[in-house]
Amino acid sequence: MAENKGIWVLGEVNNKGPLALTLELLTKAYELKETLKEELSCVLIGKDIGNASEKLFEYGADRVICVEDDSLEPFCEMQQGKILAFLCKQRMPSIIIAGATDRSKAVMAMCATSVGAGLTANCMDISIDSDTGRLLQTRPAYGGNLMATIVSEKMPQMATIRQGVFEAAPCLSKYSSNNEGEIEKIAVPQDLLQNPFHLEACDEIKKDESSPDYENAAIVLVAGRGIGDETSIKGLKRLSGLIGGVVGATRPVCDMGLLPHSAQIGQTGHIISPNVYMGFGVSGAAPHTIGIQGAKVMIGINTDKDAPIFDFVNYGFIADAKEVISSLIKRLEAKK
Amino acid sequence: MRIVCCIKQVPATDSVRFDPEKGTLIREGIRAEINPYDLFALEMAVSLKEASSSGSSEVIALSMGPPQAEEAIKEAVSRGADRGYLLCDKRFAGSDTLATSYILSQAIAHIGGADLVVCGRQTTDGDTAQVGPGIAMRLNAPCATGVLDASVSDDGIIAMKRVVDDKIYRIKCALPMVITVEIGANTPRMPSLKGKMRAKKMDIPVLDADTIGADEGRIGLQGSPTRLSSTYVPEFRGRHEVIECPSDEAADRILSLLKDFGAI
Repeated sequence: MAENKGIWVLGEVNNKGPLALTLELLTKAYELKETLKEELSCVLIGKDIGNASEKLFEYGADRVICVEDDSLEPFCEMQQGKILAFLCKQRMPSIIIAGATDRSKAVMAMCATSVGAGLTANCMDISIDSDTGRLLQTRPAYGGNLMATIVSEKMPQMATIRQGVFEAAPCLSKYSSNNEGEIEKIAVPQDLLQNPFHLEACDEIKKDESSPDYENAAIVLVAGRGIGDETSIKGLKRLSGLIGGVVGATRPVCDMGLLPHSAQIGQTGHIISPNVYMGFGVSGAAPHTIGIQGAKVMIGINTDKDAPIFDFVNYGFIADAKEVISSLIKRLEAKK
Repeated sequence: MRIVCCIKQVPATDSVRFDPEKGTLIREGIRAEINPYDLFALEMAVSLKEASSSGSSEVIALSMGPPQAEEAIKEAVSRGADRGYLLCDKRFAGSDTLATSYILSQAIAHIGGADLVVCGRQTTDGDTAQVGPGIAMRLNAPCATGVLDASVSDDGIIAMKRVVDDKIYRIKCALPMVITVEIGANTPRMPSLKGKMRAKKMDIPVLDADTIGADEGRIGLQGSPTRLSSTYVPEFRGRHEVIECPSDEAADRILSLLKDFGAI
């Protein structure tokens, strides 16, 4: 176990370069590297991944390990998971982290199973235990009401991490000098270049133009069942326009057809981390709160003083959310 | 075609309440239900069986859990599964996703294998999405997560539409394989009266570790490399205050909060 060394970030790239999430993970992994004094590598597996390396070095990678092959499209988690497991058995890293994307979650699960390692999903934080040198993996449980810290007793220690929990920052000082990273192209055994999937078609999911960018919004106003009528939703949209926010909803409100399902905030919808979250008539059931715990400031308005949202928010107002909306609009419009 | 559908009984999310002072789950009032994601998996499994030209196709529901998880299997039968098995053994307790996928794959092998294993994309309690791919790796079968739609041809080729992050793939693959079904992929049918009657009478065989030939070192806590090290209740950043006030006053305070945070 002691011989396992090296921190790996399973990276993802598209035609524009590495994903923001990959850079976030590299930035965090660089911190781990400074504590552990182990090499930091970014692993890329896919077709057409060629030109991403420079940016990866800029964000702290010492090495980029590439497995590039035409057979790697269409995406096949078994193939990519086996390739990651192959690299892992060969190099024996101590840590592998990846983004909590569909792609990486599936590849990491395949790899962890293949090498018999533990894997923690959807972490909101990772750090090194100063006593043991182990990777502490913290993830939400019970809708974020509880945070659980997990350690793995086997190497490599593997975790997937949500987007937006770490900030990406290039470590320029190091690379403005001369320290060029190394790109390593690995040839894997032929049987790993067999993709069992036959591609018929692949389409990008077009982002609905009218659909707001919930993940990057600074202010999110959420409609809950307590304001579940058309007039109130209209009011909320108007209020949102006045303060430059976006309007989302809890699942029941979407189910009622008042807002599209693409507006759903929570476990099965958007996971948001705005500067300000405002819940109007939101009760605060676990499936919703899991999606809002990244918010910097949370405000909740509900008539029910026992609503769980009041255990969760920073500022709770036991008041009629519909009236509060009208009153906010009145005040903001009067100022204009 | 033999389809195994893996399901899990979970606490109904809207019944989960939490004691913020003690940092524990409030056990009273928790209802159990089939993991909502698994209902989409079950519906896909049952419709694939119905669309199959072979008269001998069947859907077998498989679940690991405490004795009361038998209800989940019976509910699956009432929703169209032909039969089911409950994996129940004290030694399974504490299994993480690695051990769980081992137990499920051992059980699938024990009952004679499967042409297609259908799982929900993830559970509402564990939320990992790791067990489906884990089973696939253990069965050495391809896996497609996030399946929206699937059909199987007579020659054992499955055609699928699947979502992977920002892409929709239409792919084909030879069976056997494992799929995990995306939430909202279909409209799960309600339990039928006939199904309920059948479920009520049905004996659900219980499989333990010995029956499925599971290695004790690979199940339960012993077989689980991940360990819970500590838990904590997230601290409120800044403040935590709840006030009851007229709506005008609430509006004033909210506006001044928004100003303080530089939001307006």
